[in-house]
Amino acid sequence: MPQTLYEKLWQDHLVHQEADGTALIYIDRHLVHEVTSPQAFEGLKLAGRKPWRVSSIVATADHNTPTDHWDRGIEDPVSRLQVETLDANIREVGALAYFPFKDPRQGIVHVVGPESGATLPGMTVVCGDSHTSTHGAFACMAHGIGTSEVEHVLATQCLLQKKSRTMLLRVDGVLGKGVTAKDLALAIIGHIGTAGGTGYAIEFAGSAVRSLSMEGRMTLCNMAIEGGARLGMVAVDEVTIDYLRGRPFAPKGEQWQQAIALWRTLRSDDGAEFDHVVDLPAGEIGPQVSWGTSPEMVVAIDACVPDPAREGDPVKREGMERALVYMGLSANTPIREIALDKIFIGSCTNSRIEDLRAAAGVVRGKKVASSIRLAMVVPGSGLVKRQAEDEGLDEIFRAAGFEWREPGCSMCLAMNADRLEAGERCASTSNRNFEGRQGAGGRTHLVSPEMAAAAAIAGHFCDVRELL
Amino acid sequence: MEKFVRLEGLVAPLDRANVDTDAIIPKQFLKSIKRSGFGPNLFDEWRYRDVGEPGQDVAQRPRKDDFVLNQPRYQGAQILLTRKNFGCGSSREHAPWALLDFGFRALIAESFADIFFNNCFKNGILPIVLPAAEVDALFVQVTETPGYRLLIDLERQRVVRPDGKLLPFVIDAFRRECLLNGWDDIGLTLRHADLIRAFEEQRRRQQPWLFA
Repeated sequence: MPQTLYEKLWQDHLVHQEADGTALIYIDRHLVHEVTSPQAFEGLKLAGRKPWRVSSIVATADHNTPTDHWDRGIEDPVSRLQVETLDANIREVGALAYFPFKDPRQGIVHVVGPESGATLPGMTVVCGDSHTSTHGAFACMAHGIGTSEVEHVLATQCLLQKKSRTMLLRVDGVLGKGVTAKDLALAIIGHIGTAGGTGYAIEFAGSAVRSLSMEGRMTLCNMAIEGGARLGMVAVDEVTIDYLRGRPFAPKGEQWQQAIALWRTLRSDDGAEFDHVVDLPAGEIGPQVSWGTSPEMVVAIDACVPDPAREGDPVKREGMERALVYMGLSANTPIREIALDKIFIGSCTNSRIEDLRAAAGVVRGKKVASSIRLAMVVPGSGLVKRQAEDEGLDEIFRAAGFEWREPGCSMCLAMNADRLEAGERCASTSNRNFEGRQGAGGRTHLVSPEMAAAAAIAGHFCDVRELL
Repeated sequence: MEKFVRLEGLVAPLDRANVDTDAIIPKQFLKSIKRSGFGPNLFDEWRYRDVGEPGQDVAQRPRKDDFVLNQPRYQGAQILLTRKNFGCGSSREHAPWALLDFGFRALIAESFADIFFNNCFKNGILPIVLPAAEVDALFVQVTETPGYRLLIDLERQRVVRPDGKLLPFVIDAFRRECLLNGWDDIGLTLRHADLIRAFEEQRRRQQPWLFA
């Protein structure tokens, strides 16, 4: 019987199944960062247990690390303790790789995993972080877990899982000029809603998805969780294989040949049945801007802020009204008229080299508007930063008035010093516009790197297609 | 993990859809390396008028009196009634830890986000999914009735309203067993250690590059 990609991955990792369908699933790769792991390591130790297979662990510090003045270390003592706790835990138990604070390869865990080749097709990849769905771009069964499950994976190399339903999200056609994987992700979430993918594993397919680079596919899968799906994935093709060739942890020689033969089978069979199919024509999607406090509150750049009065569902209407108050916006305001205070280009969604090249292309030879208080670029990893500098992108950003920072999660969730002050409005390439996400009282608009760059130059949102 | 068999408790209504885990416990409190102590900062930005930081004495902080958990009638609530897609966003287990630390043992909503839902069971919290019409009716009753309490009977898989109406709910058999007995997953999984080892050895032979 024809199988979906998800069913193949599930079967390939099934160790045992209980009568009610609860399954024991083997975990190949365990990514670890400082925020969600300390209690897991402590629990392991208190129970007198040893990690099952430390060679599955790839760890880095990313959430709490500062993005400037590295010479001063981590000044916040609470953040410092959390990072030092990770240092101590990895020192004690070991890992395949550890990229600590200030290591040249340190960075956001979802950038570091793929670029080091530690994320390989057909793997199960977990991390105490919901954006682990990113790794589904490599046809991995990859999803976020809680800290209890981090401990469970450390102790048993397995997770107890219920099989998800399957959703095929098919985007055929060609994305227009200036329309990116981020716009596609936001348009999908606007279409299915933030709970549209709950209970599903989404496979992104169709010619528009196939035409994305690995960076674009990672952006798309990264935001599957914002559509409610723990897992988003894309089948293997030559783009996947080309990306992985020569990466440090990718197989070499004869094993590489064996691996790519196997990886090429990691696609849904023709005729495989999905529980749900959504079609979205690529040509209809324009650059997106979120206007509210949930990623589903999103419209195209040429639209206006929606009017709650036109919403029939009372719970939804109240949510919209509350969002407008929080965002300091009036219904029916053209998106182009929204002025910004800060610009953030970074996060596990959009901090890879391709994102920085695209933003730099918009910024080149221009100046950040004087009304912008801070425009910052935070590369996803030390290696992305170095590559961008080799290509001269840092000079383009600096010349325009952007700050060029050290890698980390930074203002995506503002656990370090990078944050919005109350009432500040930000064009952000991150993934969540929840109340307070980028700082208490801060107002986030989610956009692509190109759109964030264009907004930095104009001081307000504008259609990047007019600048290209 | 504490057992969950039956709970008879006060209900607090949080009438919002899509409550995210950043709202349940804001990021600055995630710097803790402990599992406990998050209750005072549950829904921090909705409960307090100032910006919370770790280590503050919350008794000294100005409160938003109209927020549901600050209202005298809901003090001591153990059951949170809320709307669809509760717990969306980040995988932070600090969210269920904060709810538990505050005193909640059960949550009722039309739906929950996947990762949050899963995290609840690891902490002895029972998230109950009920149809929208039943959730609506509960919101009406709890706001109209001071001291509104519900009985949750996990063995019989039902919620009992004060007027005697029974609201059955569905739960996976395995999760129900774990809650009823207070079992931790890891011990259960390690009973299959031989199976895991055999699986792993086979995998290592077939795809050695996964074990580099």
